[in-house]
Amino acid sequence: MLERRGFSALLYDRIVPIGVVVAVIVVLWYGFAVLLNAQFERDQAARAKTEITTSQLIERTLSQDRPLLPAPHQVVSEIWDTTVMKKITSKRSLVYHGWITLSSTLLGFLMGTVLGISLAVAIVHSKVLDRSLMPWIIVSQTVPILAIAPVIIVVLNAIGISGLFPKALISTYLSFFPVAVGMVKGLRSPDVMHLDLMRTYNSSAAQVFWKLRWPASVPFLFTSMKVAVAISLVGAIVGEMPTGAVAGLGARLLSGSYYGQTIQIWSALFSAAVLAAVLVMLVDLVSRIVLRRMGMAQ
Amino acid sequence: MNTQILAVAVAFWLVAWLVNTWLVGLRPTNGFVAKTINLMIPLLFGVALLVLWEGVIKGFDVSKVLMPAPSMVWARITSSVDILWADFYQTYMKAVLAGYAMGCGSGFIAAVIVDRVPFLRKGLLPIGNLVAALPVVGIAPIMIMWFGFDWQSKAAVVVVMTFFPMLVNTVAGLTASGNMERDLMRTYASNYWQTLVKLRIPAAMPFIFNALKINSTLALIGAIVAEFFGTPIVGMGFRISTEVGRMNIDMVWAEIFVAALAGSLSYGLLALLERAVTFWHPSYR
Repeated sequence: MLERRGFSALLYDRIVPIGVVVAVIVVLWYGFAVLLNAQFERDQAARAKTEITTSQLIERTLSQDRPLLPAPHQVVSEIWDTTVMKKITSKRSLVYHGWITLSSTLLGFLMGTVLGISLAVAIVHSKVLDRSLMPWIIVSQTVPILAIAPVIIVVLNAIGISGLFPKALISTYLSFFPVAVGMVKGLRSPDVMHLDLMRTYNSSAAQVFWKLRWPASVPFLFTSMKVAVAISLVGAIVGEMPTGAVAGLGARLLSGSYYGQTIQIWSALFSAAVLAAVLVMLVDLVSRIVLRRMGMAQ
Repeated sequence: MNTQILAVAVAFWLVAWLVNTWLVGLRPTNGFVAKTINLMIPLLFGVALLVLWEGVIKGFDVSKVLMPAPSMVWARITSSVDILWADFYQTYMKAVLAGYAMGCGSGFIAAVIVDRVPFLRKGLLPIGNLVAALPVVGIAPIMIMWFGFDWQSKAAVVVVMTFFPMLVNTVAGLTASGNMERDLMRTYASNYWQTLVKLRIPAAMPFIFNALKINSTLALIGAIVAEFFGTPIVGMGFRISTEVGRMNIDMVWAEIFVAALAGSLSYGLLALLERAVTFWHPSYR
């Protein structure tokens, strides 16, 4: 196969294939929307004792109020209505709910990253911790942490801590793991030659850490931060569910499912997806800039 | 406040810590002793953690509504085995296993197809990577609307959650065999399927097992969280959300214990299976 470069590479290896796949998904989506919603319209017509033509049927299935599967344009117009057309402070605005979710995601991500790094530093420097704590960190992830989310939130509510912090705690619980594991690997990544060199310089443990281990671990840190930020968003969304669905994207999902507002569910889902993609891309961007400044970019 | 219990717990913690320090310092020549010590250290740490937890709860007289002591949770587990088993059967044996098998299986098949068709690899893989990072649990209300309240909807959530990690990992794994090895297969005049079955899938096994392990945790989370949205009156997620409402936190912790046990056991089983299948891999030799 011939190598393409520059713009034509972007066009043929990225835009065209992804565009085609997305287009196929959209077409399939419309098809399924018609198929799944048709039964309801037929029932309606039968009840009203009228016949509906196929073209009418298709038209109506794509504009129901509470469809089984909303058509893409319905979701898009709902998102447009609830972001651009509403005031940001309004409780019906997706920007308002998105912001609430985002703020607890970011707080949790920050706490999780700091906790993960500190655990990794402790583990790398203490043999006892390495042998005793590390297995438990791994076991902690085989536990479905999200299942504890309601407990944490209810318990913290009972002792008077509510709002942002309990949700952020769940994100912390989820996001510390990839950071801790990645950083342990990263802090151990300098090879023996480099460590020996530092020894011949008579450098202290702190100097070895700041001048060798820490810089060497930065690529690992960013890789695990990408996983951590996505997972903290999931934590924040699930954390919003048991508190009685007050605010946030998780609350929109839950209230949508209570009242059968499918379009609301789908629009909340899409904004969560966009938020996740933007967060991961931001971390990726920062990592590229930092690695280039450190001279580590490939 | 009961300072005595607290002091005993803290003292136990310190002693356990010192013993661990001593154990780490040992350099046993006997292989069996070394293995036992390796197991002892985390075990002792876990026991010390439990004792400290018990001590803090009893010592500070923390209300059992906030946080039950491990002994209380254990009492609850032993007294309500039948409920726990019914929940476990509903959530794990029905929803998780069915969804896990279907999700991982279809992810694997999709990966083989994607690998065969370069156009799909370019188009589908970026989307797969994106979806793997998305909060997929959010589809739970939709699946419940489509597949009803029983375990089928939970299995559907699990299928969607496990599909993409499997797809992404298997596609990465199928490229893991080296050029030399593929050339060798060519010199044997083996066709596409022979190369796939005899070389590329075995070479992809470490990646596939990585996905299987990730998915084993994801599947349990997906099924439990999906039950928060609606379920018949049985299931681990259902029990957790209702018992939280009734402030029976010890029952919640009992469910969490079962979930943790199930998660750890399936993870351990997969790790053993991986060892048996990928015995040739450098990390096990």
